[in-house]
Amino acid sequence: MSLPIKDDEIDIVIGALHSDLTSFMNAWRPIFSRFHLIIVKDPDLKEELKIPEGFNLDIYKKLDIDRVVGTSTSIIFSGYSCRYFGYLVSRKKYIISVDDDCLPAKDNKGFLVDAVAQHITNLTTPATPFFFNTLYDPFTEGADFVRGYPFSLRSGVTCALSCGLWHNLADYDAPTQALKPEERNSRYVDAVLTVPARTLMPISGINIAFNRDVVGPALLPCLRLAGEGKFRWETMEDIWSGMCVKVICDHLGLGVKTGLPYVWRNDRGDAIASLRKEWEGVKMMEEVVPFFQSLRLPQEATTAEDCVVEVANAVKEKLGSKDPMFARTANAMLDWVKLWKSVGGSSSSPGA
Amino acid sequence: MATAPTPLLKDELDIVIPTIRNLDFLEMWRPFFQPYHLIIVQDGDPSKTIKVPDGFDYELYNRNDINRVLGPKASCISFKDSACRCFGYMVSKKKYIYTIDDDCFVAKDPSGKDINALEQHIKNLLCPSTPFFFNTLYDPYRDGADFVRGYPFSLREGVPTAVSHGLWLNIPDYDAPTQLVKPLERNTRYVDAIMTIPKGTLFPMCGMNLAFNRELIGPAMYFGLMGDGQPIGRYDDMWAGWCIKVICDHLGLGVKTGLPYIWHSKASNPFVNLKKEYKGIYWQEELIPFFQSVALSKDCTTVQKCYIEISKQVKAKLGKVDDYFNKLADAMVTWIEAWDELNPSGAKSAELPNGATK
Repeated sequence: MSLPIKDDEIDIVIGALHSDLTSFMNAWRPIFSRFHLIIVKDPDLKEELKIPEGFNLDIYKKLDIDRVVGTSTSIIFSGYSCRYFGYLVSRKKYIISVDDDCLPAKDNKGFLVDAVAQHITNLTTPATPFFFNTLYDPFTEGADFVRGYPFSLRSGVTCALSCGLWHNLADYDAPTQALKPEERNSRYVDAVLTVPARTLMPISGINIAFNRDVVGPALLPCLRLAGEGKFRWETMEDIWSGMCVKVICDHLGLGVKTGLPYVWRNDRGDAIASLRKEWEGVKMMEEVVPFFQSLRLPQEATTAEDCVVEVANAVKEKLGSKDPMFARTANAMLDWVKLWKSVGGSSSSPGA
Repeated sequence: MATAPTPLLKDELDIVIPTIRNLDFLEMWRPFFQPYHLIIVQDGDPSKTIKVPDGFDYELYNRNDINRVLGPKASCISFKDSACRCFGYMVSKKKYIYTIDDDCFVAKDPSGKDINALEQHIKNLLCPSTPFFFNTLYDPYRDGADFVRGYPFSLREGVPTAVSHGLWLNIPDYDAPTQLVKPLERNTRYVDAIMTIPKGTLFPMCGMNLAFNRELIGPAMYFGLMGDGQPIGRYDDMWAGWCIKVICDHLGLGVKTGLPYIWHSKASNPFVNLKKEYKGIYWQEELIPFFQSVALSKDCTTVQKCYIEISKQVKAKLGKVDDYFNKLADAMVTWIEAWDELNPSGAKSAELPNGATK
């Protein structure tokens, strides 16, 4: 059912927040070794990267980032945001990105999950955002559209984004994990589903893949919490980026899928210590959700770049006065589009 | 973290079963169903005697009973179609309803254990839904799960759950064309999730394995005019599903789908199904945009008011698609009148929407 995809249409982008990537790369070797990898070193990381042999990869460090983007931009590619530099310089159609503290997970039969293959399947089969299919992904083996699903909606739309999940340390916020310090996610939910149009969700950057041609510029490193740190509990950059991407996909008639594949996320950090820093992020969501729920983009915005500009202007207008962080974010979004146009290669295809 | 046992609710829940053949399937369900009161709605020839297995507490209604109870209003209850089950919802006096088809059996979970579908439905109905923002780890109230990072705290209390839509292993609920193309396909995938269908999203609601809070949404669970003398069949639950979803979205109630699974054993004849569904398949192309754009005013504060309003819009906008919809709109009004007669207003079906569970 899915289009045949060549390995050379895929880039795997890893943001290195840890210097020693040996066990990470070796664990992923059976799955990653066929593909080209882009490793972006967190500019704040002092130690040299340790990467095992046998991979086809390009490594970008602070020097490279500075050379490419110059000092003209307000975008800070530090911490988890360093990966976006990888998205910027990639020239492939599909990008898959996982955090460097994640390993391959096992499925419910005990087999290692090929997260890359699953993300590619998700991205190359249609999404169905306009009507909910109760048997989940109708294009998967052994499933189909159920009785009552309108026939005119059965060809679906292009899937622009594939959001995977996490075993062991789930992507909870600091308060939740602090309240349940022993809780680990062991449930394997054997489904992929399309998130319906106009439904918002928290899109985690931990295990994600996307069609760079249609939505590349919409994944953006633009929101930085004042106390942003080096644990996911201390950031909201991916959540902000995800809200933008979802609104833009809805506008352009593209689909977003969630569910498989799982990755195994290592225990790391201290939720209670991070509590202090994430509070800002928690407050921010309360402002931001009503804004995104009511955001409507003009018909003339037909590419991801156009849409990002529209969203940035709306952020400036409606959220800018509430907190200077939003005004900075809006400017960063406009900077990002400029950067994408000058460095990102050809502009993105108009939405399907 | 220990979970409290799920309450049985044996005096608060009725099991509604439409049948035309026999109720042998109840034997397999006995361990799970025996504590409950059953409402059997016998379709087809009323002179036939349907034997109910011993030991069950039940009331049974055949066509003669339906005519006796409703008089002229009986015209809104379908004949020769399982849509007649909604008569059972109307005469029930309980807060919750579980409805199941007579070819649905107990399924096993991946560990081989029998699934108590009713217990799972009760769990689903008793815990909140989250229609305003999608949780990527599905049901956040479930053991071993929670709301993910980025989920707004102000939305974490959720809203009351009105409907719990279960799924089916073995024979999947496909339409006739799909059945014809894939006659051997069986659903073997056990998806271990329950999720809220987001606000503003429609879905195909299947009546084979369905539970709902009758006080919150009962009057909207009308299964339409199907079967004998009608141009369409196998769209009864679909019709109800679109109506309830629009009303739940308006009133701030939740609809869940996913677990529990039952084992669906009988594949109906696809050629017979095609005849029944045929008109529905192309009418549906008008129905979906209709339901997607139904606007309910702020004055529609009860389910009945919402439902009557929808019936008016059905007449105004769908009457021109086919005269059937004029009849259906009238039947919707008759249904509400009959519902209100049999369920005189008091505490039940009260105004929402602070949504306090009653």
